[in-house]
Amino acid sequence: MSVVSVERKSAPEPAWTYAPAPESADPGIRKRYGLFVNGEFVAPADGKYRTIVNPANEQPLCKVAEGSAADVDRAVKAARQAYTRVWSKMPARERGKYVFRIARLLQERSREFAAAESKNGGKPIRESRDTDIPLAIAHFFYYAGWADKLDFAFPGMRAKPLGVCGQVIPWNFPLLMAAWKLAPALATGNTCVLKPAETTPVTALKLAEIIQMADLPPGVVNIVPGGRPTGQAVVEHPGVDKIAFTGSTAVGKWIMKALAGSSKRYTLELGGKAANIIFEDAAIDQAVEGIINAIFFNQGHVCCAGSRLLVQEGVAGSLIEKLQSRMNHLIVGDPLDKNTDVGAINSKEQLEKIDRYLVIGQEEGATMWQSECPLPQHGYYVRPTLFTNVSQSHRIAQEEIFGPVLAIQTFRTAEEAITKANNTPYGLSGGVWTDKGAKIFKVTRSLKAGVIWANTFNKFDPSSPFGGYKESGMGREGGWHGLAPYVRLERV
Amino acid sequence: MKSAPRVPVLKTYKQFIGGAFPRSESGRSFVLEDAKGRPIANVCQGSRKDFRDAAVKARAALEDWSARSGYNRAQILYRLAELVEGRSDQLVAELKQQGATAAAARTEVERTTDLLIYYAGWGDKYQQIFSTVNPVASPHFVFSVPEPAGVVALIAPDEGALLGLVAALCPIVVGGNAVIALASESKPLSSITFSEVCAAGDVPPGVINILTGFRKELLPHIAGHMDVNAVVYCGDDPSERKTVETEASRNVKRVIVTGAGGEDPYRIMETQEVKTTWHPVGF
Repeated sequence: MSVVSVERKSAPEPAWTYAPAPESADPGIRKRYGLFVNGEFVAPADGKYRTIVNPANEQPLCKVAEGSAADVDRAVKAARQAYTRVWSKMPARERGKYVFRIARLLQERSREFAAAESKNGGKPIRESRDTDIPLAIAHFFYYAGWADKLDFAFPGMRAKPLGVCGQVIPWNFPLLMAAWKLAPALATGNTCVLKPAETTPVTALKLAEIIQMADLPPGVVNIVPGGRPTGQAVVEHPGVDKIAFTGSTAVGKWIMKALAGSSKRYTLELGGKAANIIFEDAAIDQAVEGIINAIFFNQGHVCCAGSRLLVQEGVAGSLIEKLQSRMNHLIVGDPLDKNTDVGAINSKEQLEKIDRYLVIGQEEGATMWQSECPLPQHGYYVRPTLFTNVSQSHRIAQEEIFGPVLAIQTFRTAEEAITKANNTPYGLSGGVWTDKGAKIFKVTRSLKAGVIWANTFNKFDPSSPFGGYKESGMGREGGWHGLAPYVRLERV
Repeated sequence: MKSAPRVPVLKTYKQFIGGAFPRSESGRSFVLEDAKGRPIANVCQGSRKDFRDAAVKARAALEDWSARSGYNRAQILYRLAELVEGRSDQLVAELKQQGATAAAARTEVERTTDLLIYYAGWGDKYQQIFSTVNPVASPHFVFSVPEPAGVVALIAPDEGALLGLVAALCPIVVGGNAVIALASESKPLSSITFSEVCAAGDVPPGVINILTGFRKELLPHIAGHMDVNAVVYCGDDPSERKTVETEASRNVKRVIVTGAGGEDPYRIMETQEVKTTWHPVGF
């Protein structure tokens, strides 16, 4: 149990108001999207379309084809044909040039993509503009350059493509996840069937326009939007050689079972419950900014979010006070407003899930505190929230909430912090804040997690591998390590 | 006066758990026969509980073993090679008992020794081969290094009673993991003698555990155990593979399905995680 109570909460802060600063770029969203198969937008086999909703105002945004098993089959066949006839035969240098083209064309339309991403997913325009879209572009550019250098990547081995990759991605970073999946797969000579998340297919379908513009050979990239049955059809299709999935641990386990006994390869990037550890000797003001970024970035819809805060006892009181003050200054609202810090929750379903956890946390005996910001009348929003008096067994300390909800615990010694941090089935990420270099290395080496940020948080780069230990998944995406899941190695 | 012929001492083959040699807690054993159907030895029929006991020992041994320097782990593997060399006559005799020709048995023991030395040498080298410093676009120093996956279960190949086990074991152990191996079902004797080598060498108790018993019975429990991080399955039986992969999903175990091992540093990476650490650069 934390000894810290929230009674010492600071007095209400003066309300800071800003004139609206809406993003003016046209997101270029069509009224209706088909599936992208064999280089063309086509109607779904059973004629079903899903209405995509803008979570910021609950208004319909567009209609998107709902891929059925028949559509997936069509896409896999197109991908297979493109693989055997064109893509696997193309000189690596030329293959790379196509991927470079995607990066450059995206760059030219980045503002439009940022607006579309925020409108579809609810994330603040500042984040889609400065993080999602530039990183997606950088991913394509990074892996494009690998295409003709694979002979140097794996000493003693020759890297061969796997064939057709089925890729199922989540709704929290729609275009960025598409880039994480497509870029290394294409660069290494595979063809792809990508299934975007059911609520956020827009930027993936806009990417299909870019792929057309880049004149990629038809069938090299196929995009089949839809819900869980569509994803299931991709996973179970016998014509797919490799599955790459990013999403929940529950679905990841289902995929492992579904693929058991098949010879399909798979990589999984699953959930997390990262501990962000603050030592007494940390630069506290910087740490507060880091905590805010760790849990409120993208409304906390981040698998590597720092959703557990572990604070050393001596500074817990003053740190939480500063954190509350900072949280009171977060602007929650219109994702397309450049002033917005925290945008809309991605869907009604997710909003309900987060709200359930707010109730669970209080019922289990933790103390809830929320920022006092006003919320828009329509749309899906949650106030930035923290819990104190959290014990290790509380569900809000064990389970992934995927929202702007921080569970705070305290510790006395570094050993206690490490034990608490590792006491979870997850192992995706972690954070440590201290001014002492030796302590950083001791703690980062002891944390069982794939990505550790020291005196920073939620930093990403295409050259840097990302992925989890334990139930947070397997395999790495990004960097040199991110090539391995897409190649078969043969002795030279 | 002629003395009575000396009665040879028969060997009791037991399991190797946490540095000790217990019989199966279940009290079960099975009779191993040679090609002509004559009994060679009683072998422990390991149980689910034996595996759980071994998993506890392996988990306890992991922290120290994984924190040791690559140099230290290398020397310990090298020491095993020295001991295998010293015991080569016994190992050859046992392989022959289990059906190998004299020449094949000799070759197998020699290759086992050489492979131990091969992997020993990787102990302080694979990290450099498979690590990266990542040229990120922001002012951060970022590096990615392999770390052991943790507790690894190894379903040793049925063929290659000694070499098969050791070839699969070396890349796991040199990488800092703790391992629980299920020995070849049809030829378990060499595995037990190898465990005596481990006990005599400097392998800390619990780092290498070797069970004997029936694959079909133990596979689901091994693959489903919640405190095991990875399972290496050496074999090609489709139904066994499906069992392993299905049960492994319980805690997202890494499943490595593999054939006979050889000299291959990429095998080390199969039971490694990659950890990336970010540090800001600046004042």
